[in-house]
Amino acid sequence: MTDLPPRVAHDGGARLGCDEVARLRADFPVLGRCVRDGKPLIYLDSAATTQRPRSVIDAVREFDLGSYAAVHRGAHALAEEATLAFEGARTSVAAFLGAEPGELVVTTGTTGAINTAAFAIESAGVGVGDLIVVTEAEHHSNLVPWQRLASRTGAELAWIPVGEDGRLDLGVVDDLAARRPRVVAVTGASNVTGACTDLAALGGVDWGPRAIRVLDAAQMPGHGVVCFRDLGFDLAAVSAHKMYGPTGVGALLGSQSVLEQLGPAWTGGSMVEMVTMTQATFQPPPQRFEAGTQPVSQMVGWAAAVRYLTAIGMDRIAAREAELTARLLEGVGGVAGVRVLGPLDTRDRSGVVSLDVSGVHPHDVGQFLDSLGIAVRVGHHCAQPVHRALGVHASTRVSLGLYSTKAEVDAVVKALAQVRPFFGVA
Amino acid sequence: MGSAGGMEQLYQQLIMDHAKDPSHKGLGESFDGESFQVNPMCGDQVRLQVQLRGQTPGQASDAIVLNGLAWDGRGCSISQASVSMMSELVAGRSAREIARLEETFMALMRSRGEGLTDPEEEEALGDALAFEGVSRYPARIKCALLGWMALKDALAKAEVGDASPAAIPEGWE
Repeated sequence: MTDLPPRVAHDGGARLGCDEVARLRADFPVLGRCVRDGKPLIYLDSAATTQRPRSVIDAVREFDLGSYAAVHRGAHALAEEATLAFEGARTSVAAFLGAEPGELVVTTGTTGAINTAAFAIESAGVGVGDLIVVTEAEHHSNLVPWQRLASRTGAELAWIPVGEDGRLDLGVVDDLAARRPRVVAVTGASNVTGACTDLAALGGVDWGPRAIRVLDAAQMPGHGVVCFRDLGFDLAAVSAHKMYGPTGVGALLGSQSVLEQLGPAWTGGSMVEMVTMTQATFQPPPQRFEAGTQPVSQMVGWAAAVRYLTAIGMDRIAAREAELTARLLEGVGGVAGVRVLGPLDTRDRSGVVSLDVSGVHPHDVGQFLDSLGIAVRVGHHCAQPVHRALGVHASTRVSLGLYSTKAEVDAVVKALAQVRPFFGVA
Repeated sequence: MGSAGGMEQLYQQLIMDHAKDPSHKGLGESFDGESFQVNPMCGDQVRLQVQLRGQTPGQASDAIVLNGLAWDGRGCSISQASVSMMSELVAGRSAREIARLEETFMALMRSRGEGLTDPEEEEALGDALAFEGVSRYPARIKCALLGWMALKDALAKAEVGDASPAAIPEGWE
């Protein structure tokens, strides 16, 4: 089962251009449909979830129709086949993310991974006097689990603030590091501002011997090369559905030495060795953190997604999205009354662009865009504190994917220019 | 122009007018019941206060009358206009009448663009019928209901004599 896709399968880094994107779009049948009285769909909500190519859907379907069974139990032929497929998928996905198979804990997604991390770290010991460091830029899934951990254990929660440009204000880092935190949990790329965290700066800080550095990488691997072993973090959380794979599956990546230190989070079947009426012993990682029946089909789909991405080349996808992001930023920059909540240049920035349209509530903006077939996210995007830090309560978020086109970017810019006039705002 | 028509059907002039210049907005000094409601999807919020007349324990709900209503909040045109129109509609009515109006408004929201069938019910809602278009967009129904939820909650509190301020988390703005 080490039939790994090569990490770079494309033709030597040639630019991912419009013609190729047009061909790739044919792999995503949903992109061809119409919505709202026949308007062609313009899908600009890939930060919420990416659409799935036919190869992912087919891989899941084929597996479900021919090989589905529970894994890691049962010795029958089907169980064996399913286990091989599941473990093969683990190996493929881990390789894609720059990790060893034993460093990939299968979870229900990023939220599942971070909650698993919080409980596993608690099992290993967190208490009064411990410090948990987060940032003001976090998605609720990398904030609330740590708030809860702090409240269960008596640990203190502190955070790195967000500056006006939407980037983390790293000025406080040295002081926080000097306090020797137990946990440092940060986002790699904000799902609101699109700002990419300076991971070399953060991961490279001497946080002390007890610190477990946790990265919310949800918005990263679908949009660029991610190599876990080079990130400088102990744990990282990802979701398949933000990288063209199925929902309901994700991973907690962890270096062997750190996973070994952590206690179980969820408990139950599959993660134990010996169980008596009063006691249990636990499997080594990653199984220690994989209680219950595993999402087998979803893992098979996820492996198909990384094959699809590998064949295109993540570096090419990243370059293409950077080009489109520049076009989008330039376009919205020219629309009166529209403010970008986040960095205005493409340096260390993803294709997630959140906007404040002066005088019009994001729900109303979204409704207007929707009437033209344009799908964007409106609201607080599960990140209320960062909105508060930027002086708004909600925003309109445009986010790109590998299938996004210049015409789509131009269409949303044009539509945004019509929003304030429609709502009678000067 | 189907979808542009859809937009105009949703954002009727009446709704736009109420959103721009809402009624009963601005909190008062005292209240018998207060509610703070948030739409978890977008963080939109309304704080709504009621003053009653005739609320004594065990009193029948048609003897309890909404004497005063004040609110403050933020949100989209739909949510803001809905609280505003609701405030005008329910002022001076009995708790029983308000409960019936709320049911009628809920029925309108559940109608999936079909509207109400009973002309009497339509008449009872008055201007709030303008929200019929919202029922075609399931994601927006919560916006239109935010104020109604706050009113229901504030009335329930007032009726049991709970005049405590609604609780909100530390750091919330």
